[in-house]
Amino acid sequence: MPDTPLPTVTAKDFASDQDVRWCPGCGDYAILNQVRKVAAKLKQRRENTVFVSGIGCSSRFPYYMNTYGFHTIHGRAPAVATGVKIANPKLDVWMVTGDGDGLSIGGNHLMHALRRNVNLNIMLFNNRIYGLTKGQYSPTSEEGKKTKSSPMGSIDMPISPLSFALAAEASFVARCVDVDRNLPDVLEAAAKHKGASFVEIYQDCNIFNHKAYEYATDKTTKSENTVWLEHGKPLIFGNDNDKGIRMTGDGKLEVVDLGDKGVAEDDLLFHDVHDASQAFLLSRMKYPEFPEPMGVFYSIEDDCYEELLEKQVALAIETRGAGDLDKLFNAGDVYEVVGGGQDSTHGLHE
Amino acid sequence: MTRTQSKASESNQAKPNRALPAAVIRFAGDSGDGMQLAGSQFTDTSAIFGNDIATLPDFPAEIRAPAGTVAGVSGFQINFASTEIHTPGDAVNALIAMNPAALKAHIADVESGGIVIVNEDEFTKVNLRKAGYEDSYNPLEDEALDEKYKLFKVPMTRLNKESLAESGMGAKDINRCKNMYALGLIYWLYDRPIDTTVKHLNNYFGVKKKKPEVAEANINALKAGYFFGETAELFPARFHVDKASIAPGKYRKITGNEAMAMGLVAASQLAQKTAIYCSYPITPASDVLHNLAAMKNFGVKTFQAEDEIAAVCAAIGVSFAGQLGMTGTSGPGLALKSEALGLAVITELPLVVVNVQRGGPSTGLPTKTEQSDLLQAMYGRNGDCPLVLLAPNSPGDCFDTAIEAVRIATRYMVPVIILSDGYIANGSEPWSIPKAADLDPIPISHPSDPERYQVYGRDDRLARPWAIPGTPGLEHRIGGLEKEDGSGNVSYDPDNHQRMTDLRHEKMDAVARSLPPLEPHGDATGDLLVIGWGGTYGSITTAVNRAREQGKSVSSIHLRHVNPMPTNLGDVCKRFKKILIPELNMGQLRLLIRGKYLVDARGLNKVQGKPFLIEELGDAIDLMLSGEWGDAEFRVPRDHHVTV
Ligand code: SF4
Repeated sequence: MPDTPLPTVTAKDFASDQDVRWCPGCGDYAILNQVRKVAAKLKQRRENTVFVSGIGCSSRFPYYMNTYGFHTIHGRAPAVATGVKIANPKLDVWMVTGDGDGLSIGGNHLMHALRRNVNLNIMLFNNRIYGLTKGQYSPTSEEGKKTKSSPMGSIDMPISPLSFALAAEASFVARCVDVDRNLPDVLEAAAKHKGASFVEIYQDCNIFNHKAYEYATDKTTKSENTVWLEHGKPLIFGNDNDKGIRMTGDGKLEVVDLGDKGVAEDDLLFHDVHDASQAFLLSRMKYPEFPEPMGVFYSIEDDCYEELLEKQVALAIETRGAGDLDKLFNAGDVYEVVGGGQDSTHGLHE
Repeated sequence: MTRTQSKASESNQAKPNRALPAAVIRFAGDSGDGMQLAGSQFTDTSAIFGNDIATLPDFPAEIRAPAGTVAGVSGFQINFASTEIHTPGDAVNALIAMNPAALKAHIADVESGGIVIVNEDEFTKVNLRKAGYEDSYNPLEDEALDEKYKLFKVPMTRLNKESLAESGMGAKDINRCKNMYALGLIYWLYDRPIDTTVKHLNNYFGVKKKKPEVAEANINALKAGYFFGETAELFPARFHVDKASIAPGKYRKITGNEAMAMGLVAASQLAQKTAIYCSYPITPASDVLHNLAAMKNFGVKTFQAEDEIAAVCAAIGVSFAGQLGMTGTSGPGLALKSEALGLAVITELPLVVVNVQRGGPSTGLPTKTEQSDLLQAMYGRNGDCPLVLLAPNSPGDCFDTAIEAVRIATRYMVPVIILSDGYIANGSEPWSIPKAADLDPIPISHPSDPERYQVYGRDDRLARPWAIPGTPGLEHRIGGLEKEDGSGNVSYDPDNHQRMTDLRHEKMDAVARSLPPLEPHGDATGDLLVIGWGGTYGSITTAVNRAREQGKSVSSIHLRHVNPMPTNLGDVCKRFKKILIPELNMGQLRLLIRGKYLVDARGLNKVQGKPFLIEELGDAIDLMLSGEWGDAEFRVPRDHHVTV
């Protein structure tokens, strides 16, 4: 790739000339703006950046980024993105998906991209509804959710995207809310992570599922209902920072009060981004029983698929020498027929 | 006689040696009996000896079907000849049956008066029952069998065991060598040198597996079988098939799947690109994946995807990123790839899909051959969604077809499906080894100038430019939504959709114009034209040659380019009074040709998991010529004989 220095890039440089066509007020706008800013901040080069998406409202995302982009088919973005990385590991590849695209029709591909640890920045916009098809329940819709396709309430058990990602051996798992000021930090950490980073973004679909996350966005309730994760720090939350999360003797989590009459900070659960079991416990914390954790749940270093593959190719070349077609064609039992086959010299392989 | 023959073959002029122009033999036994190894060794030896060869392996669908049952029988047929041959042969001249189930499964294919050699030791009560013979019936005691065939009962299990008594190996390991015992016996019967196999056994067991004692035991079994043929009074004569007069040059034996893998790698080198083969394991295509996975020193990358859809999608991602995206599958997998193929068509990315056809529908007959994916490959997508279809006509032809597929895909920015089939994928033939320097390069260019770049601009072949990520100034977005001609922006405009649909079809016309005109095999005009495609080339050509030798006015054409078809096909059809289209399906090419050229083509259709017999084709040709055919299509009946 060319190394010529480019002029300083700003978020604007990452905006394509296409009109953004999400519904006014959609949470996707906020995410788009933050992603553009993060890309600029990280000095990502437009020509080396690829956005890959599936189908759904969120998957229109690549059209609005002035980078390379591929709006693929429903659920298959992880597979296409994997192919892009295998072909050219130097590219910065972002993947945009939604709760339906990534966890319903494309759940299988998402799982395998995560476990292979392909170096992708995966953003799953979770609005708990099918927006583009006009409002059916999704795999993350809560039980009892009434929609056009579930007039008597959904009877599906919703899936937790983070539990799913952790179970799929993801090496980086995080969550944030579309309008939260911490979103850029989470996205930056995800982009810097080497390997598959999975970020669930709570996204408001103001047409079909408005205020689904009000508990986590409303200024008055937000601090009560979410807890920000920081590595090495205790889990403290509440409007007055007066509550915490503690692990009980039998390994369960509980909400406790802090302060004079309550529990000491040292007895709280301290966040460890390297601890997979703890990350899984945190992923099970759900509103309203618990405040929902936000930030980086889990992050470990591990080899990336596309690099391991390149290493195998390099090793094969080193040990066997660069492939030679004539040698390949002549491998095996080769024999020669001379002069019309009458005076054949057989057994050439000897 | 060759100068490389071993001692074993020097001392056996005792019995008369009958010359044959060709022979068809079949090894059959339990899947654990090593029949594929025996068959492929016989093939190697015959190829190196100088015969023309064609093979037909036949595996059970289950990996470990119950031992001794008919479901567990594995067979390997080889036709070796002193003349040019194109098929593994119709009737079997000699059957080697290692157990009752093998005899039961294969005896019907043996010509009357043919040789049947059985491992007598395995015809026990228990094994006869497992094979499904009726109680108290033993075919070896049946006079009818003895009358119809030349039956030779050889106690192979015991003789093999005795020959290895000193080997120090366990009973089980000793018993495993009996395929080599059988092979040795057949080598003697057909006057073949054993040294190719000796060398193979030494290399495989001795060097690769580091078990020289196993190599030695196998070699001893091989020799014991050979000497048994010579010394036992059992066989009145042996046979000799002379070497064929093959065009001078270097040869090796090759299967279709091997040739396919080599062709894809060669193409990537000719295009100076990385071949990236993304595939999900499926019979009978997996060997292409295995072969390519072992070629990483060519820079090849293989990606075993989580499913068929991921495999094709990853390959599309590869092509988008600027390398050669390839995937491989068989019928059920192709069905799963349909939607993604549409994406490759609308995004106009190069993509190569190897589809090794097998019996369908659904899971169907995974290990048997068929040509029934044609219409799926042609039309099995939503929307008007044309792509290029190529069909190799023999194992070796898979090599050239793979290169052509990459050439067309990159030159016209289209997906190409290669329709191979189980028969040519696993069958083998002598392959005239090409020189890498003689292969034409595949020129590929990527745009770099932002001034003149249009995402869906077109060159004179109607190909859009292949701009790849990493190129400054050419950032663009593509996807499955309809694209505006030129700019490539999303467009729902009705006129634009018409234009883009037209363009996708015109790209096929552009490919068609680049194809060489078809020249019928035989005469340019005549009474009957036989049209075939893909893996039936060998049988059709042989049948047509035979008919022509008898003075019949028959010619044939064989389509490698199934879509688009060569532009003069319609004209060629008009020059014949009648048209016959034999296919291993219910008439899929016939439907296309009738629809496109409005010709009254008749079909000969067979779906038995097996290739055509030459006799079946010959009978159909005769019926067509004599006018006895009537108006109906003809399906090959179970007894293989064509009647009206
Ligand atoms: S339907 Fe919902 S998710 Fe889709 S664009 Fe509109 S607001 Fe956003």
